[in-house]
Amino acid sequence: MRRRAFLQSAGLGALVLWFRVEAQAAPLAAPRPGEYPADVNAYLRIGADGRVGCAVGKVELGQGNMTALAQLVAEELEVGPDQVDMLMGDTDLCPWDRATGGSLSLWQFGPVLRGAAAEARAALLDLAARKLQAPAGDLEMREGAIWVKGAPARRATFGELVQGQRLERRLEPVQPKPLSACTVIGRSAPRKDALVKVTGTAQYAGDLNLPGTLHACVLRPPAHGLTLTSVDTAGAERLPGVRAVRDGSLVAVLHEQPDAARRALEQVKAEWGGAEPGVDSQSIYRHLVADGPQLKVAAGKGDLAAGEARSAEVVEGEYRNAYVGHATLEPHTAVARWESGRMTVWASTQAPFRIRTDVAQALGLEARQVRVITPYVGGGFGGKLVGPDAVEAARLARLVPGRPVQLAWGRQEDFFLDTFRPAAVIKLRSGLGKDGYVTFWDYQVYGIDQNEAEFAYDFPATRYLATGSSGGTPGLHPFQTGAWRAPGSHTNAFARESHLDRMAAKARLDPLTFRLRHATDQRLIRLLRTAADAFGYDPAPAPTGRGIGLACGAWRGTLVVTMAQAAVDKGTGRIRVERVLEALDLGLVVNPDGARQQVEGAITMALGYSLAEEVRFQGGRILDLNFDNYRIPLFSWLPRIDVVLADNPDLPPQGLGEPPVVAVGPALANAVFDAVGARVCQLPMTPERVLEALKG
Amino acid sequence: MATTSFTLNGKPVQVASDRDRMLVWVLRQELGLTGTKVGCGAGLCGACTVLVDLEPVPSCSTPLGDVAGKAVLTIEGLAQGTALNPVQRAFVEHNAFQCGFCTPGMILAAYALLKKKPTATRAEIIERLDGNLCRCGAHMRILDAVAAAGKEMGGGL
Repeated sequence: MRRRAFLQSAGLGALVLWFRVEAQAAPLAAPRPGEYPADVNAYLRIGADGRVGCAVGKVELGQGNMTALAQLVAEELEVGPDQVDMLMGDTDLCPWDRATGGSLSLWQFGPVLRGAAAEARAALLDLAARKLQAPAGDLEMREGAIWVKGAPARRATFGELVQGQRLERRLEPVQPKPLSACTVIGRSAPRKDALVKVTGTAQYAGDLNLPGTLHACVLRPPAHGLTLTSVDTAGAERLPGVRAVRDGSLVAVLHEQPDAARRALEQVKAEWGGAEPGVDSQSIYRHLVADGPQLKVAAGKGDLAAGEARSAEVVEGEYRNAYVGHATLEPHTAVARWESGRMTVWASTQAPFRIRTDVAQALGLEARQVRVITPYVGGGFGGKLVGPDAVEAARLARLVPGRPVQLAWGRQEDFFLDTFRPAAVIKLRSGLGKDGYVTFWDYQVYGIDQNEAEFAYDFPATRYLATGSSGGTPGLHPFQTGAWRAPGSHTNAFARESHLDRMAAKARLDPLTFRLRHATDQRLIRLLRTAADAFGYDPAPAPTGRGIGLACGAWRGTLVVTMAQAAVDKGTGRIRVERVLEALDLGLVVNPDGARQQVEGAITMALGYSLAEEVRFQGGRILDLNFDNYRIPLFSWLPRIDVVLADNPDLPPQGLGEPPVVAVGPALANAVFDAVGARVCQLPMTPERVLEALKG
Repeated sequence: MATTSFTLNGKPVQVASDRDRMLVWVLRQELGLTGTKVGCGAGLCGACTVLVDLEPVPSCSTPLGDVAGKAVLTIEGLAQGTALNPVQRAFVEHNAFQCGFCTPGMILAAYALLKKKPTATRAEIIERLDGNLCRCGAHMRILDAVAAAGKEMGGGL
């Protein structure tokens, strides 16, 4: 986004503010030098119509950031969030942003957006003071108008104030309202996307129906690792209206009707060469340990040997976690049009600016020749941080200038090409002293990094061994892997919290007391007590037969304590989750109901990776390619869910999209142990694995 | 090409399209009603749910010919002008969605149930909606919303 272009689009009679989100806002990957623009990261505009506009590069994936961000602006400007128009994820109209992920929307924009809106407020009051000839301190602002206190007839609307003006301000620090004076922040606001979503008018990338659209279906290999050796499209091209196109290894059929394109693809004959990976869903764990790179010390402190020497008992464990799909209900979808030297791409993506770069690179274009527009996105969870669909659509569109090309991956493609959450193995060795305290903690993780493996427990000696590559190890996994809602952290939390529970049982201490005695962080201590109280937990060493489990987790600055209750059928191995409670400390809660939606949703989603979701594969062939085999949580799985949000408004918003999935798996594993005394060390806890664990 | 006649959202329509074509493509491409979503293409997720004579069907697996002479209701036909249907209203009031991609199918499946049985119990709602997938995990709120809509549609307390 060039500032001039935005100002032109803003038109005359507008107050425009631009401001910068600080670059230290830890993004998904370390920023490359010069990648963060020296320019600005968000715009605020008050138009002649009096409406407030806010442009950010973030996108709305369902997580509700559109509403919460609008609340931050609305607060300072004394309007309702419904009077703030959010413009999101358009690379021509919104300032640069890395991606919507990492639970960063409010963490990055929370303080900044409030500050910007406070500056806009000051600017409007300044304009009104001049127009109404009254000191700014004597003015009152509400619902898009400003008037003189006690003389409501002496008033001007926002629109009247900016009329004929062309004001640009660079944000100077202005103190936002104290939280005690806030009437919008901290209160539940209706979702801004509600009406369009319940009436079916919300537009997703596949809903554009642009005139002249050609629907594309792309030829895929039957297995990962294979490459195209020969292709024959003659059979497809004999069908009416079909056009076959090829750009290097990208082969596609195009048709004005999506179903006809799909049928045409079935007539394409192809031969494939190369070798599939030699692993499968069973052998993968051995592969990850044996064939990965040498582990390196990623973190640690104290003297492990001395800790072990003081141990009354050494506890060893191995924990495993499977590949899991994103399975967003909307498959990856993109529409691209090549016209007058510009490529426009409408994409279901979490990262419109990354896609702009990817498309430009793939086509040899300048970034300014590419515009990415993000309509509503039907779920992301990390799976839409990459957008090969958008690049493919753009490559195909280049071949048919002027014609929009729509590429909506089928469900099978969406599973086959998904960047799965990586499988992992964690080996843990720890010691328990006679006093019932942990003496050392030796942690080795294969397949993923040590993300959030360390936690706010105080162990005297620790060592964390990992490959040290946060993006996963290239070539180790048999297919692409990527970020999946709180990447790495649920796997690490599963190992840590399961192992800790085993140690608590050996120490004959209840899970709460054992954690409290190793917790030094006051926020964590408070949160543990809050969760236990809210749950009505009566501490007793496991297994009690009650089926209650406890686990802690963190994601960035947000802490979560999960308590779960489950019943286990010893005959079938089936787990019935009866109740899940989460207490979270996420700092300032901008939209309490929005926050609850995120937590409830994350708990429900996490039942999947805990109990059932696992991508099975044989070599490069993905065996689970649709929802018949790949089971995601259903209404009938639903436990009672309780959400407790800690009151901590002095801490800025720490992010919430991801933290509530982190500790559900281990809380359930610990609940299973408490129910039947069997320890399941591998997720998902399928009935077979539970039966196996019951055998001891 | 033969035409197929049916009632769409209360109005008669004639579509010149292959009768073997799946209804979802006719709705989305020919008739421009994109509120009906394609989630799996195999009748497994419920995103493409529409009502045919008030029965929920997966339109991705329902040939056009099957709806000849019948009444098809899509999400676009549920509100009366600007007045939302009670199920839609309840979804808004309960924030019973996140990404919204499953929402049209979910609302229609719930409406079909409540139209017949506004007093549907929670267990009956769960049973009826279990074929409609939601990846964001809005399930709890959807159940609450459907129960609330049932009350408004005559279920009483």
